[in-house]
Amino acid sequence: MSKDKMVPVPSNAIVPERDINKIPILETHHLGIDFGGLKAVDEFSITVGRTEISGLIGPNGAGKTTVFNLLTNVYQPTRGTILLDGKSTAKKSTAQINKMGIARTFQNIRLFSNMSVIDNVRVGLHNSTNQSLAASLTRLFGYKTSERKSLEEAMELLSFFHMDDMANRQAGSLPYGAQRRLEIARALATRPGIILLDEPAAGMNPSETAELMENIRRIRDNFNIAVMLIEHDMNLVMNICEGICVLDHGKVIAKGSPDEIRSNPKVIEAYLGKKKGGVEGGEE
Amino acid sequence: MEKIKNMSKFTRTNIECYGMVLLAFVILLPLQNAGLISYSIAGQLVPICTYIVMAVSLNLTVGFLGELSLGHAGFMSVGAFSGVIAVACLKNTVAPDWTKLLVAIIVGGILAGVAGLIVGVPVIRLRGDYLAIVTLAFGEIIKNIINCLYVGVDKNGLHFSMTSADELGLVDASPVLKGPQGATGIPKISTFTSGVLLILFTLFVVLNLINSKTGRAVTAIRDNRIAAESVGINITRYKLTAFVISAILAGMAGALYAMNFSSIAARKFDFNTSILVLVFVVLGGMGNIPGTIVATTLLYMLPELLRQFADYRMLIYAVVLIVVMVATNSERIKLFADKIKARFSREEDITDAAGKGGGTK
Repeated sequence: MSKDKMVPVPSNAIVPERDINKIPILETHHLGIDFGGLKAVDEFSITVGRTEISGLIGPNGAGKTTVFNLLTNVYQPTRGTILLDGKSTAKKSTAQINKMGIARTFQNIRLFSNMSVIDNVRVGLHNSTNQSLAASLTRLFGYKTSERKSLEEAMELLSFFHMDDMANRQAGSLPYGAQRRLEIARALATRPGIILLDEPAAGMNPSETAELMENIRRIRDNFNIAVMLIEHDMNLVMNICEGICVLDHGKVIAKGSPDEIRSNPKVIEAYLGKKKGGVEGGEE
Repeated sequence: MEKIKNMSKFTRTNIECYGMVLLAFVILLPLQNAGLISYSIAGQLVPICTYIVMAVSLNLTVGFLGELSLGHAGFMSVGAFSGVIAVACLKNTVAPDWTKLLVAIIVGGILAGVAGLIVGVPVIRLRGDYLAIVTLAFGEIIKNIINCLYVGVDKNGLHFSMTSADELGLVDASPVLKGPQGATGIPKISTFTSGVLLILFTLFVVLNLINSKTGRAVTAIRDNRIAAESVGINITRYKLTAFVISAILAGMAGALYAMNFSSIAARKFDFNTSILVLVFVVLGGMGNIPGTIVATTLLYMLPELLRQFADYRMLIYAVVLIVVMVATNSERIKLFADKIKARFSREEDITDAAGKGGGTK
């Protein structure tokens, strides 16, 4: 699967052409949250196609990570609705939302650093591992089968990221890039319909970023899921994202394909500031 | 290949734990039977077994769940007194001693588990210091409740009172539990063998648990709560599971402990006992089960061995504790230990050594 043309859907949003006749994996309507008097995010409405790679960009402090926290109910939204695969996620816990199909990574890596690499992935497999407490305690009742299955599945995911040789290392002792990959592998282990990546390329050199781009495409093609990422690396965003949403001061200022975003004056203004004496009147 | 190595690490810890306990048992039992062990040490065998069970179970809460519990003696107390009452109910039956002890341990475990559930449901939502404070309060509350509890058994069944022994209205029987005086006339049915069996049971439960889906979830919550939630783990449920299992084991230990003495009072299970067990866990290594067993045995024996220094023994004990604590936290000593370990087993790679180092706090 490569990039498809972005086409409009009834909800007045755009998704890749191949996803046009399917229910979007994620839809938000007028989502917003207030912290005290501050509207951290307001009127946030997007639609993400089932196999779309979408980007969420914006200057620092625009509210991008807050959006991720709203989507996973780490913060309860003050306004608006989130539809995941057509079902509302209101009043669900973060863990339940994961079961419904959203997995995520974190801006500052959050691994289970004292556990082994493979066990990190196996924790991700938690809800698909069929093992009762009785089996856990006695090593009977299908304990061996379930353990072997989770071990095999975890190894499979690790080899997808070429990390099979690191399986028994302590997660906290891995190099930075490998920690980022492990976090993605762990998120994928929960079998999501959409994976949210929070600055996956932060702190990476150009060759690592290139590998990451390749990996993101492989994730979409292999698992047939949607990817939504927050990123400051414009090269990465413009290269792999099909739909891009730009946030500034908690509000969506632009939505569209990379080409549309690149030439949008509002986006340029948000990133670089207003031109002095420009068309808008130049108030400063 | 990786798989085999992964499995062998579990097996190694298991062999260390079970082997250590069985070896001690095989050596000590004939000696005890032949009367070669001094009276004072023989008297310590069951308490040592009890405290090993206590420390291993507390390690589940402190080491694997990562929550500081200061009320572990409270669960031991619940187990001890419910065990005593259970045995008093069986007084007139002809059941052999080991059955009575088994019943006491099971009843003690169940009631301590219920107490763990009652305390756990509200408390487990708290974290860190708050959880420590509430469990500390729980330990004190249990102590005070048992201090004013009167229980008796006669042919009409169980009688409870919170005011005095007379109010029980017993027919041809004396009360089992007499408030601040505690329980008296307990049959001494705990044996070294039963203690070792309880340790093995505890090891079986705890070691199996930590190498399972449940154990991984619990450890994941300890390492990073937010990430654990994000991969769909129900935090409250798994914290509660670990907490209640830990309480059940403590209750079983309490029942075993009580059956080793002819009388026992609630003040035995106070804050100091909770701290003592916590010291065993911290010095043995959080999340390190073999270490906990060794530390408990040595540290429990230490005051006995120092008896000849009379008044100074607690002073020396304190110094030893501080030295051990400093030594186990020193990077240099850790490196040295890893080097020695590597020399003994060349097969082990650096990763394994690092993993072990992480476990020994």
